[in-house]
Amino acid sequence: MHTTMDIKDIIKPENKVYSKTPVLLDNVMHYCPGCSHGTAHKLVAEVIEEMGIQENTIGVSPVGCSVFAYNYVDIDWQQAAHGRAPALATATKRLYPDKYVFTYQGDGDLASIGTAEIMHACNRGENIVVIFINNAIYGMTGGQMAPTTLMGMKTATSPYGRREDLHGKPLRITDLISQLEGTCYVTRQSVQNAAGARKTKRAIRKGFENSAKKKGTSFIEIVSSCNSGWKMSPVKANEWMVENMFPSYPLGDLKDI
Amino acid sequence: MAEYILMKGNEAIAISAIRNGCDGYFGYPITPQSEVMETLMLEEPWDSTGMVVLQAESETSSINMLYGGASCGKKVMTSSSSPGISLMAEGLSYLAGAELPCLVVNVVRGGPGLGTIQPGQGDYFQACKGCGHGDYKMIVLAPNSAQEMYDFVDLGFELAFKYRNPALILTDGVIGQMMEKVELREMKPRWTDQEVIEMSPWATTGKTPDRKQNVITSLALDAAVHEALNHRLIEKYKKMEEEDVRFENYKCEDAEHLIVAYGSMARVCENTIDLARKEGIKLGLLRPITLFPYPTKEIQRMVPQLKTIMSVELSAGQMVEDVRLAVNGKIPVNFYGRLGGIVPSPEEVLEAFKKEINK
Repeated sequence: MHTTMDIKDIIKPENKVYSKTPVLLDNVMHYCPGCSHGTAHKLVAEVIEEMGIQENTIGVSPVGCSVFAYNYVDIDWQQAAHGRAPALATATKRLYPDKYVFTYQGDGDLASIGTAEIMHACNRGENIVVIFINNAIYGMTGGQMAPTTLMGMKTATSPYGRREDLHGKPLRITDLISQLEGTCYVTRQSVQNAAGARKTKRAIRKGFENSAKKKGTSFIEIVSSCNSGWKMSPVKANEWMVENMFPSYPLGDLKDI
Repeated sequence: MAEYILMKGNEAIAISAIRNGCDGYFGYPITPQSEVMETLMLEEPWDSTGMVVLQAESETSSINMLYGGASCGKKVMTSSSSPGISLMAEGLSYLAGAELPCLVVNVVRGGPGLGTIQPGQGDYFQACKGCGHGDYKMIVLAPNSAQEMYDFVDLGFELAFKYRNPALILTDGVIGQMMEKVELREMKPRWTDQEVIEMSPWATTGKTPDRKQNVITSLALDAAVHEALNHRLIEKYKKMEEEDVRFENYKCEDAEHLIVAYGSMARVCENTIDLARKEGIKLGLLRPITLFPYPTKEIQRMVPQLKTIMSVELSAGQMVEDVRLAVNGKIPVNFYGRLGGIVPSPEEVLEAFKKEINK
């Protein structure tokens, strides 16, 4: 006998394979379609939910595209001045040693204007997590050259391509960070496909667990795409990232102790 | 029995912080205020009250550590001297914009630039007119003794939390380095975590299921929302002017002439008043204790009985602008100032005063 299955027979709790974490708010994200931030936010929110630490986590958002991170992840947030997030996180963690404190920063914020703050927070071994989105460009201000912009890459302030004699070479700040004794875990990940997202999520979770163990600073770079800034389609941007960004910023753990 | 200790003004700041329930001090060394952090590190308050003390990598970082600590509803402070406060200008604007309470001490030296490590009052504009960007004000307290250095830490925190606004103690190398008898007031314990939440329900203490997330930010891209934020700040500053102006009068009842001076310069000018009185000159002293909010109304109240006013400062003439605004052209406003770290004697001030009124 032939029977037709009703949709109501399918939508049952036992059949559920995915749901949005409640730590992610319902606000419509302002990020461009194809941007890596949305995925990175989701992974942070999922880790917070899975570890059951929503009540004990304080985030510090930067200046840049992710300035509004507080609109999407349902925890208490501090919005920092450009580059200063690690200073805010340092004080917050020292005043609330039992809370989880993390910064979420872009490459302009962390690797340019905020180099002093990130270096010294990592060197002191603050028990915080740093999530570093490296898309090699200033997204929010309209696609200017970042310290991590690749050689030859065209941006609004390097319209003929990045030149060594004019701009110097890209800053591999994560390599520098890994040399600092205060860091316990330094890794470089990406979120352009499911495998990458899974690995990144594991890295974020490890960072938060390191905080609880007071092992020092955990630093997670996420090599990301900015298809609007790069002036490419989302698919093309991801391909370009794999071909061009990964050779300069190879994925994997730089340090794990 | 009250306990008295002989100490420097800078040491009084540090001891008062520990004894008044301060949760965190974040600073960077600079002359002439390094004793503040040195005293804290010697006292090791993390073992007694649990207070956090941290030497930051720069003044830029220390002011942003205050932003983080203040966001948590904690009583946090820093101290510095003029060039260091310039570096903090960005952070102070953010703190005011995000409506965060904190205490900043500026032990002023001579400027501009690297200037001198000798005392000065050339940071009046920086303190009172907003050293950072945007329309904001700080509560500015001007102590004239080691005792007031001690007492204004507590007062500064009280006002900062009353208004959710940065408070600044504007002092100088004279008051910071001078040793005087200081009465230690009764200890105030640090707030418990529960008290922090009750005192500052807006703070980032961790989002519990019974409330929405707390977000500390100065960002408001919507024009109407941002204008409303600015209006709220303006209302707050008006309230400060209505409720928290502080000043002191010295021999003003029958005064025909008035000197206006604050901080270390007011200490010198007290003696000038006594010298003038011996010569039969009816001279009085108004010492503003809050430089913002400024005792504008008190000056206006006194104008009808006065022939002249003179502002005496260790600057090229900064506070005198607020005196002139208060007087609004009704009587002559004169100015006398020394620079480069030179502190004039009471006699020198009297001579300058006589020269002006005999012109």
